[in-house]
Amino acid sequence: MEGSLFQWIVFFAMAFLAIFCALMVVTRRNPIHSAVFLIVNFFAIAVIYLLLGSQFIAIAQVMVYAGAIMMLVVFTIMLISVEEARRVPMVRLSAGKVFGVILAILLFVELLYGLMVKALPGKVGPFTPERLQAVGPVRTVGGLLMSKYLLAFELASVVLLIGIIGAVILAKKER
Amino acid sequence: MELFKVDVLGRDFLAVAQELVLLSFALGVLLLGVILKGDRRRYTGYVALFGYVLAFLPLLGAIGRGYEAFSGMVVLDPFSLFFKVLILVVGFLVVLLSLDYTSREGIAFGEYYALVLLASAGMMLMAGAAHLVTLFLGLEIMSIAIYALAGIMREDARSVEAAFKYFLLGAFASGFLLYGMALTYASTGALHLREIEGVLAQKAWLTSFPLVLVGLGLLLVGFGFKLALVPFHMWTPDVYEGAPTSITAFMATGVKAAAFAGLLRVFFTALPALEGHWRELLWVLAVATMTLGNLVALRQEDVKRMLAYSSIAHAGYIMVGFVAATELGRAAVLFYLFAYAFMNIGAFAVVALLGRRGAPNTLLEDYAGVGFKHPLLAVAMAVFLFSLAGVPPTAGFMAKFYVFSAAVKAGYYWLAVLGVLNSAVAAYYYLRVMVYMYFREPKEGLQTGYPSFAGAVAILIALWGVFQLGIMPSDFLALAQRSVQVF
Repeated sequence: MEGSLFQWIVFFAMAFLAIFCALMVVTRRNPIHSAVFLIVNFFAIAVIYLLLGSQFIAIAQVMVYAGAIMMLVVFTIMLISVEEARRVPMVRLSAGKVFGVILAILLFVELLYGLMVKALPGKVGPFTPERLQAVGPVRTVGGLLMSKYLLAFELASVVLLIGIIGAVILAKKER
Repeated sequence: MELFKVDVLGRDFLAVAQELVLLSFALGVLLLGVILKGDRRRYTGYVALFGYVLAFLPLLGAIGRGYEAFSGMVVLDPFSLFFKVLILVVGFLVVLLSLDYTSREGIAFGEYYALVLLASAGMMLMAGAAHLVTLFLGLEIMSIAIYALAGIMREDARSVEAAFKYFLLGAFASGFLLYGMALTYASTGALHLREIEGVLAQKAWLTSFPLVLVGLGLLLVGFGFKLALVPFHMWTPDVYEGAPTSITAFMATGVKAAAFAGLLRVFFTALPALEGHWRELLWVLAVATMTLGNLVALRQEDVKRMLAYSSIAHAGYIMVGFVAATELGRAAVLFYLFAYAFMNIGAFAVVALLGRRGAPNTLLEDYAGVGFKHPLLAVAMAVFLFSLAGVPPTAGFMAKFYVFSAAVKAGYYWLAVLGVLNSAVAAYYYLRVMVYMYFREPKEGLQTGYPSFAGAVAILIALWGVFQLGIMPSDFLALAQRSVQVF
């Protein structure tokens, strides 16, 4: 058991909060409620990243997911303005749904079984937590993005470009 | 901290030179589409075509070399070059087929060709990936471009439905793939394919470690979706039917080839230690894919939908070569993908040429009497259908022959028997189209056909490919065998 008692308390609080919010996201009938729970879920996960010593990912999580993406989600819900009556009715049982639920539970159990490891077995990379603390995670990520993962970094920009082209071509009024 | 040096202008540059040519042409086409006005925007297609031709040039310096570039992100070897040539040929034919088709459907603008070029670049990156990150980025570049292309006929409800369905399910499948990569990373500590292999070879107990196996399963689901393997095929008929015909041809050949390239890379480079686990799984998937694809195709009344199910079945045949997992089996997979590209694009080209604006004419009854109204098109269609059915002397026969003989040599007799039985079933629905074309009276007042010189050239090239690979396959098989020696 590593880490102080305080870290464990924070971890469990955030982990349960994240799971609780995730459950609320999929069970609420009002989409705005779902969206708000999703924001809380993102924040809880950001705190878990902080506990892992990944400040950069934590900040990116808050800025990109809890900030930008959630704003889009809320805007979309408002623009589409789902009428109270037209919202998805309560789930009715059908053979397909039962089968789907069974498959989903099976997948969940498999994942849970796979994740029941005490320690990760693979090879240890050069970036141990101590090393990260010494250099600083943001600097490490930046250095790697500009050297080893330069190609991946550039390709990610191509992915964004395609997203923009695709969105414009599908949504533009006149073309 | 030490930095990794990247020699951008030398070796590293050459490894992605073909992708860079396509990327720069995509940007050029995009700009040109803004400058040109109205109907003249269709000229962007010719620029894109030139881009595909130019992208062959870096081959001159790249053939015969083998090294990893960009600090192990991409690899230049005969295998990646084989697939890059295949993807360039597919892209070239698709653009050729699109030139008049897009004008007819009113979607001939720069963005269309830019997205096709970008998707091709993504496919090539998948084929040349030496690292899971590059593989995933290549996959996303390809997929996102295809999602948009599928829905580009936005006045047509079916096209929009296709795009939406493909996008939602595709995003979900990407999630599975990424989760699989993450678990593989969590358990081996490596993302580089050869490093993963090294870790698995060093720590043999990892090969039965639950986390690794769950990762393997999730990877398989992600790839299975892109390959439209049963049971991950549900999206295929609707998407193939709704998307513009040129893009359907692109999806059935290019996307499938790139996904197979990625699957071969990941499974034979990174996870050969797990072969005992995935071989049996893929055996079942191959049989299910062939059988279900063929049986459902029997009942289709729409030619595009029938070809969609037939493409599912063909993925199953290709899987047979994959399961054999010998050098011949892998070479047969490569050969099959090339042969399939020619015959399938050819068939879709004929389907595209028989349509008209607002009337795609893809129902089987619309093909009644086509043999007399458009004799040349009908003959070409017959050749492609014979090839898809696997009748000699076409490419389809040789491809099936190599795949099944690889399975027999590897001891998978039942798999080969099931494959041959399936091909016999498949012959029925391919021949049914020919019966309609030659033995049925044409429907009164139905206008079919749209003159297209470029489309005719695409069909001629595809015909040449079908006969070249069907009559003189040995040189090409030798090339495929040399290409798979990297594993």
